[in-house]
Amino acid sequence: MPERRTIQTDYLARVEGEGAMTVRLADGRVESVELRIFEPPRFFEALLRGRSFGEAPDITARICGICPVAYQTSAVNALEAVCGVEVPEPIRLLRRLLYCGEWIESHALHVYMLHAPDFLGYTGAVELARDAPRTVERGLALKKTGNEVMTLVGGREIHPINVKVGGFYRAPSRRELRTLVQPLERAREAALETVRWTADFEFPERTVEGALVALSHPDDYAIERGRVRSDAGLDISAAEYDEHFEEEHVERSNALHSRFRNGGIYLCGPLARYTLNRDRLSPLALEAARDAGLGESCRNPFRSIVVRSVELVYACDEALRLIDAYEEPDRPAVPVEPVAGTGYGVSEAPRGLLYHRYRIDAEGSILDAKIVPPTSQNQLAIEADLHDVVARNAGLDDERLRDLCEQTIRNYDPCISCATHFLALEVERR
Amino acid sequence: MSTVVIGVGNAYRGDDGVGLAVAAALQVLVPARVSVVACEQEPSRLLDAFQGATTAIVVDAAASGGVPGSVYRFDASRDSIPAGVFRSSTHAFGVGDAIELARALGKLPPRVLVYGVEGGTFAAGEGLTTPVRDAVGRITAAVLDDLEG
Repeated sequence: MPERRTIQTDYLARVEGEGAMTVRLADGRVESVELRIFEPPRFFEALLRGRSFGEAPDITARICGICPVAYQTSAVNALEAVCGVEVPEPIRLLRRLLYCGEWIESHALHVYMLHAPDFLGYTGAVELARDAPRTVERGLALKKTGNEVMTLVGGREIHPINVKVGGFYRAPSRRELRTLVQPLERAREAALETVRWTADFEFPERTVEGALVALSHPDDYAIERGRVRSDAGLDISAAEYDEHFEEEHVERSNALHSRFRNGGIYLCGPLARYTLNRDRLSPLALEAARDAGLGESCRNPFRSIVVRSVELVYACDEALRLIDAYEEPDRPAVPVEPVAGTGYGVSEAPRGLLYHRYRIDAEGSILDAKIVPPTSQNQLAIEADLHDVVARNAGLDDERLRDLCEQTIRNYDPCISCATHFLALEVERR
Repeated sequence: MSTVVIGVGNAYRGDDGVGLAVAAALQVLVPARVSVVACEQEPSRLLDAFQGATTAIVVDAAASGGVPGSVYRFDASRDSIPAGVFRSSTHAFGVGDAIELARALGKLPPRVLVYGVEGGTFAAGEGLTTPVRDAVGRITAAVLDDLEG
């Protein structure tokens, strides 16, 4: 009788069929790794049907408490595209500034509160805070600065309400934005310290398989615009996304796994962005990356904490540059008349590529919507990594193996918060 | 002296919206000296809301396996909230984590009361289930009592 073990991690024990990890081992050999970590936003896709296209940014912002700006941005990109509108440059740059706030907030949360404790031998941020309060306070201060940017530009720190199709309801004045300069300068210093801090952690050797996929733009480190590119030569517009990527429905769960139509696995997020767009980082961020020992590309998921830290420097630096160059737009938004058709929008959420597609009629009613969040796109890559981690460490007892699996998942900063976040861990032996 | 009431939750996750519903109800009932904050989903923001407060009252949905609509009250200034009551995960920060982090950093207000409302469903969808909706009035009244006390 072979020994069979099932190791299960239920993130969302109260929500059936959602948010769990199951590893099946037989005689020390991995039979299967199944991750149900994220519920695709189907409820929101259904909620959007029949609503006016102007409501999409507000509704989709509520999908995630951590990356509402990403959802708003991909939504307005798609809807402005179908209506044939390109927003004036000052409005685009204001959106980029808002997005920088979200990157700062989200990266600070993940680096300090969730990821760093893994490298330092703590079970979580609370334990870390007892031993190193000033370090954790630095992370909280960074996060707060991100919130301040989001509040001022976006209208409210969580679920900004100021973004609309065509621009903003209200554009901040130069004077208002100047109030962010000092906090952002301090945040940039804290971000540089963050890079130095995380660069000294010890990183196990690991290499992510598959293609790295991110937005890319010739003029800047892509956030709110760009083409979808990969390190394997893919270079497509948002409108071609569905021709190259597909979501396959996984039996026994609600999960949809994204993969290339030719079957290949890919990864999006900080590692992909850094590898594809490193040369478009600001000089300061690039120097920080060099000093941290990051090469021209990075495929080690453990080192994603360093890449996030470098992106923190970049987001602060870029926010300061945008504020310095800010010119109040003549009007906060341009009018957008609905045009029947299908629109496609992408942007770089802190966790990676976020794809939206909307079909609207001539009155502006949404006929259908499709939203593919980064965590769904990364699911197969995370599973492949878990499979390998479990295979190499099958001899560990259940608890240590589960810790290792959790760390492995954390390397990818999955957006559990997009769902509810209950956690119940269970280990079964069979 | 300042007092803050914080409702935590997600209105698109069934009973997870209860904290927000209580905050909305209190918004029009509390005295002017009390600020009411809605915290949608990302509870590490509690630390910002605690800043400068001498009293903080937090309301969140609970998932401890009890009867839906049950209301729990904890005095977090005295003790930690038992594990497994509020949402938490190793990939996200929960109310309990935020309170313990504030305590570790010496940033916990002197008086912190936490209400948990046992949820029936947290599946995607709008609206509270009947037992949880019925609890909103009870907690609102209890919080108003706390504010007087």
